[in-house]
Amino acid sequence: MVLDGVSFSLEEGETIAVTGPNGIGKTTLLRILAGLLRPSAGEVLLDGLPVRTADPRSRAAIGLLSHRAMLYDDLTLQENLEFVARLYGLPNARQAARDALDQVELLARAGDSPRTLSRGLIQRAALARALLHAPRLLLLDEPFTGLDSAAASRLKSLLAARRPAGLGTIIVTHQMHEARDIASRVLALQGGAIGSTAA
Amino acid sequence: MKASLPGTIAAALIIAGKDLRSELRRRTALVSAVVFAALILVIFNFARDPTSLRAEQLAPSAFWITCAFAAVTALSRAFAVELEHGALDGLLLAPVPREALFLGKFLGNLVFVLLVESVALPLFVLFFNVSLKGALPGITLVALLATVGFVAVGTVFSALTARVRFNELMLPVLLLPFMLPPLAGAAQVTAALLNGRPLLESAGWLRLLLVYDITFVTLSLLVFPALFDE
Repeated sequence: MVLDGVSFSLEEGETIAVTGPNGIGKTTLLRILAGLLRPSAGEVLLDGLPVRTADPRSRAAIGLLSHRAMLYDDLTLQENLEFVARLYGLPNARQAARDALDQVELLARAGDSPRTLSRGLIQRAALARALLHAPRLLLLDEPFTGLDSAAASRLKSLLAARRPAGLGTIIVTHQMHEARDIASRVLALQGGAIGSTAA
Repeated sequence: MKASLPGTIAAALIIAGKDLRSELRRRTALVSAVVFAALILVIFNFARDPTSLRAEQLAPSAFWITCAFAAVTALSRAFAVELEHGALDGLLLAPVPREALFLGKFLGNLVFVLLVESVALPLFVLFFNVSLKGALPGITLVALLATVGFVAVGTVFSALTARVRFNELMLPVLLLPFMLPPLAGAAQVTAALLNGRPLLESAGWLRLLLVYDITFVTLSLLVFPALFDE
């Protein structure tokens, strides 16, 4: 069993960081929170309702930045984000995609394929994808990986700007100095459970 | 920002549109399927002894075997592209029913395989020197009926095998037995049409193809969501 007895709550507008050594189950936890994995016991509730329900609308409230970009190499960044915008039923997919790229300062690369981007730029594009539909719960797996200091600051500003609107964020990271800047709590995973909580 | 989530059909069309745009831009799958089809037709044509076997006798089987293998080539790509950068997670996270994911992939694959078949048909006429006069509408109908069925099953098996080792081998091993009924029916109807028989004479085979389509599209719709219930 990778995780056992992990239980915590996240308030509206709150940001928490989850840390722990490699292989402890941080990414597994994030995938369970996103509803991509079914826990053998327990459940994830969003506004009191299970995330893993038959109603696909419940997934619209979740944004995920995984360690993989979830982008298609054969489409441009603009086309990738327009595709996502349409799946989420955003009213003006083209403009929504442009706005999301602008937020991460990638508008100039809108016509480029993800395969032409550096690791850091891919990370920014993946972040644009995660934020595109204005989720209420944002799950970030090592969001600072590949970002230079300016881009990391930009990410922190983006998250801070969305906090008053109620965006709850869970960050899985090794980079504690970055996480401490924005997280109100830090949960340390140890032996598959939450070993300690720091404010 | 007020979102209006797409329904099952709308989401399926969005996914199919993305797949077709992606495949037509990449072109590798389309070109390899067409080249593959042309090669099989050439081999069949040169392997035939014209003194003992007339072209019309071999042509229907050769055409449908060609289409089957070209379809397998195309279907093996269907979910592989979703795994390249974890894009499948993005689809599974999207607020659309799993059935829409199946229908989108199915429609994309269907258009793609029909496109390959439409390129293979003139090559088939060229290599086997058969006349399609009067038979083209019937062949188009039977191609549509046969392709819907095996592409539905192929879409499910493509999803099932995408994440296993040696998936290029697993897909044909699983899929080809399920392709036998529609391929046998399509070959029989095509042979009758090439021999100048009326389409209505093959009503039994057409009914079988229709029943196969309804059965396997329905089963695929029911089974597909369970494939991603991790």
